[in-house]
Amino acid sequence: MSVEAREARQPWILLSPALGAVTLLLFVPLLFILVYSFWLRTATGADLAGFYLDNWQEALSDPFYRDILLGTLRIAAITTLVCALMGYPAAYFIARSRGNKAILLLLLMLPFWISYIIRTMSWINILGVSGGLNTFLIAVGLVDEPIQMLYNQTTVILGLVHFLLPFMVLNIYVSLEGIDTNLEDAANSLGATRWQSFLQVTLPLSLPGLAAGGLLCFVLGAGTYITPLVLGGPRDAMFANLVFEAIITQLNWPLGSALSLMLLVVLGALVLIYNRYLGMAQLMKGLG
Amino acid sequence: MSSVHLNNIVKRFGNFTAVHPTDLTIPEGDFVTLLGPSGCGKTTNLRMIAGLLDPTEGEILIGGRRMNDVPIHKRNLGIVFQNYALFPHKTVAENVGFGLRYRDVPKSEVPGRVQAALDLVQLPDVGSRYPKALSGGQQQRIALARAIVIEPEVLLLDEPLSALDANLREDMRVELKRIQHQIGVTTVFVTHDQSEALAMSDRIVVMSAGRVEQVGTPEEVYNTPASTFVANFLGASNILPARCIGRDPDKIRLQVPQFGVVPVPGERAPGVGEGAAKLVLRAEKLTLLGDGADATGLITAQATVETVDYQGQTVRYFVRLGDTPLQAINMIDTRPFAAGSTVTIGFRPQDCAALQGE
Repeated sequence: MSVEAREARQPWILLSPALGAVTLLLFVPLLFILVYSFWLRTATGADLAGFYLDNWQEALSDPFYRDILLGTLRIAAITTLVCALMGYPAAYFIARSRGNKAILLLLLMLPFWISYIIRTMSWINILGVSGGLNTFLIAVGLVDEPIQMLYNQTTVILGLVHFLLPFMVLNIYVSLEGIDTNLEDAANSLGATRWQSFLQVTLPLSLPGLAAGGLLCFVLGAGTYITPLVLGGPRDAMFANLVFEAIITQLNWPLGSALSLMLLVVLGALVLIYNRYLGMAQLMKGLG
Repeated sequence: MSSVHLNNIVKRFGNFTAVHPTDLTIPEGDFVTLLGPSGCGKTTNLRMIAGLLDPTEGEILIGGRRMNDVPIHKRNLGIVFQNYALFPHKTVAENVGFGLRYRDVPKSEVPGRVQAALDLVQLPDVGSRYPKALSGGQQQRIALARAIVIEPEVLLLDEPLSALDANLREDMRVELKRIQHQIGVTTVFVTHDQSEALAMSDRIVVMSAGRVEQVGTPEEVYNTPASTFVANFLGASNILPARCIGRDPDKIRLQVPQFGVVPVPGERAPGVGEGAAKLVLRAEKLTLLGDGADATGLITAQATVETVDYQGQTVRYFVRLGDTPLQAINMIDTRPFAAGSTVTIGFRPQDCAALQGE
């Protein structure tokens, strides 16, 4: 074999374990789901194999699904916005702090060591009827009866922000770290105040990180079902809850498959738009 | 355009003193170089003038006005950074025009002034490009254009040439000096490169370990170094222990063990009195003499060539005179002396300088 041929083969040999895993664990199951979505669940509870468009027709035409999809995108958008507004100052502070950067980053990562479900449940201990906040309010005499704070859209967003904020902070932090601090000094020396040089130089140069963090928060937020399950009320279901409901509760795999593919297509389109304008490289930087 | 005064400036970082009490006057319109090895405090001084660092003690005056509490954006200084620090997301024209946004310049005048600055740095046609599309030397010129378009009171240059490769650096040196001369702006230039300092400056401030060693014209610091440090930092010098045995009106006589009595011009031995002294003999002034060379007026000795460092136009010899190693840098027309050969070395006493003390 020639040297060229050997060199051309080498990357594929190194990639093969990862490619094999992705194919087996992602693409093949996805193919199953695609096939499932065209099957039909009969009244007897059995699945009828074949090519039926009934699930797709129901998923695409029923306004119930459409409204929940739009509601889900809305909650994800609000969550992303809140994460950006809260995350940017934090990321800026970490990027500009001198000695204790490593400790601050460790603190940022700390929540990842605790299960996401436990973290979500912990809000019940804080906001619940017999939770910390109500106990405190009653103790200081501000209220007589515990307030019902949980199980609404606000607590769902609260839980999502709690879950997703570190992703936003990390992504913004990485892009801020890549900006030469001389640039702000240069802007200041040319007459810009600190705020003006931030708006003119630092903010535009950190937008790729903000966009990457935003994409991650939006996609992860829109795809979650645990947060609305734990912290939401009966009317706060998000789209992934419908998939969960169809597959786990009703055992209607064909409908659940069609619904999950619908969400996949919507979020996938978003990722493609992002990739078209900003490129995936920035996202990888933020994750790495 | 303004003068700059540092009055008893001190800068400490925790327990470390980066700049010991320093007084310095930079006259209006002068090109003054802060020269020294890394860690000598030259950049710290520049950053204090710029307003990027606050002095721990002392006063900074620009144009007679106390600047200590004036924030950087109100100081009206042009700074050129070592790594250019151009805004990568703005075009060249936007970069150059950046400082004009924050000044009372009518919008209609901005393009004209940006273009004039680009013409001055001889890059008239790159306004619409992004910095990334330019070479290092071009980026440096744009950084300079951005700093001077605001008509700063003082231009501060922080090792602006060190990121360029050797040939380009020499071109930019000439270019920078031309532009400075043309606009006449007071300029503070920071470098560790002695040839840049000698070539460009009206005055050189040689610094070491947070202290000013000497202030003078390039000729003064080169010909009459005020300390061993200055003598060694600006070019290679042979420094030989000696005794001053007498002072004539225009000469002092040094007794040097290796060469006998050397009469050094009085103006190149300021403050040297009788007693212990040092003879400063520049490597360029020590010549290796071939057979039959004219040695009139030279003080000579026999020495052995130990190492030959051939550099084309010049050659650097390491010779040994008794126990004393000496360096000589000579022009060559034919071929250098061979290592191991015994040669006559000689120098003119009027090319020497003297320092007081051991």
